[in-house]
Amino acid sequence: MNITQILFWFLSVIAIFSALMVITSKNPVHSVLWLIVTFFAISGHYIVMNAQFLAIVNIIVYAGAIMVLFLHVFMLIDLRANTEPQQNRWIKIAGGIAGGSLMLVMIAALRNVDIKAQDAGINTNNIGLIKNLGRELFTTYVIPFELSSVLFLSAMVGAVVLGKKD
Amino acid sequence: MPINYYIFLAIALFSIGVVGVLTRRNAIIIFMCIELMLNSVNLLLVAFSKMHHLAAGATPTTGIDGQLFVFFIMVVAAAEVSVGLAIIVMMYRNIHSVDVNFLNRLKH
Repeated sequence: MNITQILFWFLSVIAIFSALMVITSKNPVHSVLWLIVTFFAISGHYIVMNAQFLAIVNIIVYAGAIMVLFLHVFMLIDLRANTEPQQNRWIKIAGGIAGGSLMLVMIAALRNVDIKAQDAGINTNNIGLIKNLGRELFTTYVIPFELSSVLFLSAMVGAVVLGKKD
Repeated sequence: MPINYYIFLAIALFSIGVVGVLTRRNAIIIFMCIELMLNSVNLLLVAFSKMHHLAAGATPTTGIDGQLFVFFIMVVAAAEVSVGLAIIVMMYRNIHSVDVNFLNRLKH
Protein backbone atom coordinates (compact mmCIF):
# COMPACT_ATOMS: atom_id res chain seq x y z
CA MET A 1 0.00 0.00 0.00
CA ASN A 2 1.74 3.12 -1.19
CA ILE A 3 1.25 6.68 -0.11
CA THR A 4 -1.54 7.59 -2.56
CA GLN A 5 -3.64 4.62 -1.50
CA ILE A 6 -3.21 5.51 2.15
CA LEU A 7 -4.21 9.10 1.39
CA PHE A 8 -7.20 7.95 -0.66
CA TRP A 9 -8.61 5.75 2.09
CA PHE A 10 -7.90 8.31 4.79
CA LEU A 11 -9.67 11.10 2.89
CA SER A 12 -12.56 8.83 1.89
CA VAL A 13 -13.20 7.78 5.47
CA ILE A 14 -13.14 11.40 6.61
CA ALA A 15 -15.48 12.46 3.79
CA ILE A 16 -18.06 9.74 4.38
CA PHE A 17 -17.98 10.05 8.17
CA SER A 18 -18.42 13.81 8.11
CA ALA A 19 -21.15 13.53 5.47
CA LEU A 20 -23.00 11.16 7.79
CA MET A 21 -22.54 13.60 10.64
CA VAL A 22 -24.05 16.35 8.47
CA ILE A 23 -27.34 14.54 8.16
CA THR A 24 -27.46 13.11 11.69
CA SER A 25 -26.42 15.97 13.97
CA LYS A 26 -29.26 17.75 15.74
CA ASN A 27 -27.75 21.22 15.81
CA PRO A 28 -27.78 22.86 12.34
CA VAL A 29 -24.59 24.80 13.10
CA HIS A 30 -22.78 21.51 13.71
CA SER A 31 -24.12 20.32 10.35
CA VAL A 32 -22.52 23.32 8.66
CA LEU A 33 -19.19 22.67 10.38
CA TRP A 34 -19.22 18.99 9.40
CA LEU A 35 -20.03 19.97 5.84
CA ILE A 36 -16.93 22.17 5.83
CA VAL A 37 -14.91 19.12 6.94
CA THR A 38 -16.41 17.18 4.02
CA PHE A 39 -15.41 19.92 1.58
CA PHE A 40 -11.86 19.90 2.90
CA ALA A 41 -11.69 16.12 2.42
CA ILE A 42 -12.93 16.49 -1.16
CA SER A 43 -10.33 19.20 -1.74
CA GLY A 44 -7.74 16.74 -0.46
CA HIS A 45 -8.95 14.30 -3.10
CA TYR A 46 -8.48 16.99 -5.74
CA ILE A 47 -4.92 17.58 -4.57
CA VAL A 48 -4.21 13.85 -4.68
CA MET A 49 -5.52 13.86 -8.26
CA ASN A 50 -3.23 16.82 -9.08
CA ALA A 51 -6.15 19.17 -9.76
CA GLN A 52 -4.68 21.97 -7.70
CA PHE A 53 -6.73 24.84 -9.11
CA LEU A 54 -10.02 23.11 -8.33
CA ALA A 55 -8.82 22.24 -4.84
CA ILE A 56 -8.09 25.87 -4.06
CA VAL A 57 -11.31 27.08 -5.69
CA ASN A 58 -13.28 24.45 -3.76
CA ILE A 59 -11.86 25.69 -0.47
CA ILE A 60 -12.30 29.37 -1.30
CA VAL A 61 -15.76 29.21 -2.85
CA TYR A 62 -17.43 26.39 -0.94
CA ALA A 63 -15.79 26.27 2.47
CA GLY A 64 -15.07 29.97 2.46
CA ALA A 65 -17.97 31.80 0.83
CA ILE A 66 -20.98 29.50 0.67
CA MET A 67 -20.65 28.07 4.16
CA VAL A 68 -20.17 31.53 5.66
CA LEU A 69 -23.39 32.52 3.88
CA PHE A 70 -25.16 29.56 5.52
CA LEU A 71 -23.83 30.58 8.93
CA HIS A 72 -25.06 34.14 8.37
CA VAL A 73 -28.54 32.84 7.59
CA PHE A 74 -28.45 30.80 10.81
CA MET A 75 -27.52 34.00 12.59
CA LEU A 76 -30.54 35.78 11.10
CA ILE A 77 -32.95 32.99 11.99
CA ASP A 78 -33.72 32.33 15.61
CA LEU A 79 -32.86 28.68 15.96
CA ARG A 80 -33.92 28.14 19.54
CA ALA A 81 -37.45 29.20 18.69
CA ASN A 82 -37.89 26.47 16.12
CA THR A 83 -35.96 23.36 16.98
CA GLU A 84 -36.81 20.57 14.65
CA PRO A 85 -39.85 18.77 16.06
CA GLN A 86 -39.76 15.09 16.78
CA GLN A 87 -41.00 13.75 13.52
CA ASN A 88 -42.35 10.39 12.63
CA ARG A 89 -39.76 7.66 13.03
CA TRP A 90 -41.09 5.83 10.01
CA ILE A 91 -40.24 8.74 7.75
CA LYS A 92 -36.60 8.44 8.79
CA ILE A 93 -36.59 4.70 8.26
CA ALA A 94 -38.27 5.03 4.87
CA GLY A 95 -35.81 7.71 3.79
CA GLY A 96 -32.86 5.58 4.87
CA ILE A 97 -34.19 2.58 3.00
CA ALA A 98 -34.83 4.62 -0.13
CA GLY A 99 -31.37 6.16 -0.14
CA GLY A 100 -29.70 2.85 0.66
CA SER A 101 -31.59 1.19 -2.18
CA LEU A 102 -30.41 3.92 -4.54
CA MET A 103 -26.82 3.30 -3.46
CA LEU A 104 -27.20 -0.46 -3.83
CA VAL A 105 -28.70 -0.18 -7.30
CA MET A 106 -26.03 2.20 -8.56
CA ILE A 107 -23.17 0.15 -7.12
CA ALA A 108 -24.63 -3.06 -8.52
CA ALA A 109 -25.05 -1.43 -11.92
CA LEU A 110 -21.52 -0.05 -12.02
CA ARG A 111 -19.64 -2.86 -10.27
CA ASN A 112 -18.75 -4.88 -13.33
CA VAL A 113 -18.71 -2.11 -15.86
CA ASP A 114 -15.92 -2.39 -18.38
CA ILE A 115 -13.98 0.84 -18.33
CA LYS A 116 -11.17 0.95 -20.80
CA ALA A 117 -8.51 2.57 -18.69
CA GLN A 118 -9.34 1.60 -15.17
CA ASP A 119 -7.12 4.12 -13.56
CA ALA A 120 -7.59 7.72 -12.56
CA GLY A 121 -4.01 8.62 -13.35
CA ILE A 122 -2.79 10.24 -10.22
CA ASN A 123 0.06 12.68 -10.53
CA THR A 124 0.82 11.65 -14.09
CA ASN A 125 -0.16 14.81 -15.93
CA ASN A 126 -0.65 18.47 -15.32
CA ILE A 127 -4.00 19.29 -16.90
CA GLY A 128 -5.26 20.46 -13.53
CA LEU A 129 -2.75 23.25 -13.16
CA ILE A 130 -3.97 26.81 -13.39
CA LYS A 131 -1.88 27.56 -16.47
CA ASN A 132 -3.55 24.97 -18.69
CA LEU A 133 -7.02 25.46 -17.23
CA GLY A 134 -6.82 29.23 -17.63
CA ARG A 135 -5.67 29.02 -21.24
CA GLU A 136 -8.54 26.68 -22.10
CA LEU A 137 -11.02 28.76 -20.15
CA PHE A 138 -10.16 31.96 -21.97
CA THR A 139 -10.01 30.49 -25.48
CA THR A 140 -12.49 27.65 -25.97
CA TYR A 141 -14.85 28.42 -23.09
CA VAL A 142 -14.71 32.18 -23.13
CA ILE A 143 -18.40 32.63 -24.05
CA PRO A 144 -19.77 30.51 -21.16
CA PHE A 145 -17.32 32.27 -18.88
CA GLU A 146 -18.68 35.67 -19.86
CA LEU A 147 -22.27 34.40 -19.69
CA SER A 148 -21.68 33.32 -16.10
CA SER A 149 -21.18 36.97 -15.22
CA VAL A 150 -24.71 37.64 -16.48
CA LEU A 151 -25.88 34.74 -14.33
CA PHE A 152 -24.22 36.29 -11.29
CA LEU A 153 -25.78 39.66 -12.04
CA SER A 154 -29.25 38.11 -12.27
CA ALA A 155 -28.64 36.13 -9.07
CA MET A 156 -27.61 39.33 -7.30
CA VAL A 157 -30.71 41.16 -8.52
CA GLY A 158 -32.89 38.20 -7.53
CA ALA A 159 -31.42 38.02 -4.04
CA VAL A 160 -31.94 41.75 -3.50
CA VAL A 161 -35.52 41.62 -4.78
CA LEU A 162 -36.36 38.59 -2.66
CA GLY A 163 -34.73 39.98 0.44
CA LYS A 164 -36.45 43.35 0.24
CA LYS A 165 -38.99 43.97 2.97
CA ASP A 166 -42.41 44.77 1.62
CA MET B 1 -6.10 4.52 -7.91
CA PRO B 2 -8.59 2.51 -9.97
CA ILE B 3 -11.51 4.57 -11.20
CA ASN B 4 -13.98 2.18 -9.55
CA TYR B 5 -13.08 3.42 -6.08
CA TYR B 6 -13.83 6.99 -7.06
CA ILE B 7 -17.16 5.91 -8.55
CA PHE B 8 -18.13 4.13 -5.33
CA LEU B 9 -17.04 7.04 -3.16
CA ALA B 10 -19.08 9.46 -5.24
CA ILE B 11 -22.10 7.13 -5.11
CA ALA B 12 -21.81 6.91 -1.33
CA LEU B 13 -21.64 10.67 -0.89
CA PHE B 14 -24.53 11.21 -3.31
CA SER B 15 -26.69 8.67 -1.49
CA ILE B 16 -25.94 10.28 1.86
CA GLY B 17 -27.14 13.55 0.35
CA VAL B 18 -30.32 11.88 -0.92
CA VAL B 19 -31.01 10.39 2.51
CA GLY B 20 -30.51 13.80 4.08
CA VAL B 21 -32.97 15.42 1.68
CA LEU B 22 -35.54 12.70 2.37
CA THR B 23 -35.28 12.60 6.15
CA ARG B 24 -34.56 16.12 7.37
CA ARG B 25 -37.28 18.73 7.60
CA ASN B 26 -35.15 21.83 8.07
CA ALA B 27 -35.00 23.70 4.76
CA ILE B 28 -31.42 24.87 5.25
CA ILE B 29 -30.16 21.36 5.96
CA ILE B 30 -31.94 20.10 2.84
CA PHE B 31 -30.11 22.82 0.95
CA MET B 32 -26.78 21.69 2.43
CA CYS B 33 -27.48 18.12 1.36
CA ILE B 34 -27.99 19.37 -2.20
CA GLU B 35 -24.56 21.00 -1.99
CA LEU B 36 -23.16 17.66 -0.85
CA MET B 37 -24.64 15.94 -3.90
CA LEU B 38 -23.17 18.59 -6.20
CA ASN B 39 -19.76 18.02 -4.66
CA SER B 40 -19.89 14.28 -5.12
CA VAL B 41 -20.62 14.80 -8.80
CA ASN B 42 -17.72 17.24 -9.00
CA LEU B 43 -15.38 14.64 -7.53
CA LEU B 44 -16.50 12.07 -10.09
CA LEU B 45 -16.05 14.54 -12.96
CA VAL B 46 -12.47 15.28 -11.92
CA ALA B 47 -11.68 11.58 -11.61
CA PHE B 48 -13.11 10.88 -15.08
CA SER B 49 -11.20 13.82 -16.52
CA LYS B 50 -7.91 12.40 -15.26
CA MET B 51 -8.88 8.93 -16.49
CA HIS B 52 -9.75 10.22 -19.93
CA HIS B 53 -6.48 12.09 -20.20
CA LEU B 54 -4.57 8.94 -19.29
CA ALA B 55 -6.53 6.79 -21.73
CA ALA B 56 -6.63 9.08 -24.75
CA GLY B 57 -4.01 11.68 -24.07
CA ALA B 58 -3.42 12.69 -27.65
CA THR B 59 -2.92 16.36 -26.89
CA PRO B 60 -1.85 18.01 -23.64
CA THR B 61 -5.34 19.34 -23.08
CA THR B 62 -7.34 16.16 -23.54
CA GLY B 63 -9.80 15.75 -20.72
CA ILE B 64 -9.49 19.30 -19.48
CA ASP B 65 -13.17 19.85 -20.25
CA GLY B 66 -14.24 17.86 -17.22
CA GLN B 67 -12.38 20.12 -14.86
CA LEU B 68 -13.83 23.19 -16.54
CA PHE B 69 -17.30 21.73 -16.11
CA VAL B 70 -16.54 21.41 -12.41
CA PHE B 71 -15.53 25.07 -12.40
CA PHE B 72 -18.83 26.07 -14.03
CA ILE B 73 -20.79 23.86 -11.62
CA MET B 74 -19.18 25.80 -8.78
CA VAL B 75 -20.15 29.09 -10.45
CA VAL B 76 -23.76 28.00 -10.82
CA ALA B 77 -23.82 26.64 -7.26
CA ALA B 78 -22.67 29.97 -5.87
CA ALA B 79 -25.45 31.83 -7.72
CA GLU B 80 -27.97 29.18 -6.67
CA VAL B 81 -27.03 29.46 -3.01
CA SER B 82 -27.46 33.22 -2.95
CA VAL B 83 -30.97 33.03 -4.42
CA GLY B 84 -31.95 29.97 -2.39
CA LEU B 85 -30.91 31.46 0.91
CA ALA B 86 -32.82 34.63 0.06
CA ILE B 87 -35.89 32.46 -0.53
CA ILE B 88 -35.38 30.70 2.81
CA VAL B 89 -35.03 34.01 4.66
CA MET B 90 -38.22 35.24 2.98
CA MET B 91 -39.97 32.01 3.96
CA TYR B 92 -38.88 32.48 7.57
CA ARG B 93 -40.18 36.03 7.49
CA ASN B 94 -43.59 34.89 6.25
CA ILE B 95 -44.27 31.72 8.26
CA HIS B 96 -41.72 32.14 11.09
CA SER B 97 -40.24 28.71 10.57
CA VAL B 98 -37.87 26.92 8.23
CA ASP B 99 -39.71 23.61 8.54
CA VAL B 100 -40.75 22.41 5.11
CA ASN B 101 -43.78 20.62 6.57
CA PHE B 102 -45.49 23.98 6.96
CA LEU B 103 -45.20 24.63 3.24
CA ASN B 104 -48.19 22.56 2.20
CA ARG B 105 -50.55 25.27 1.09
CA LEU B 106 -50.45 24.12 -2.52
CA LYS B 107 -52.01 20.85 -1.39
CA HIS B 108 -55.29 22.44 -0.37
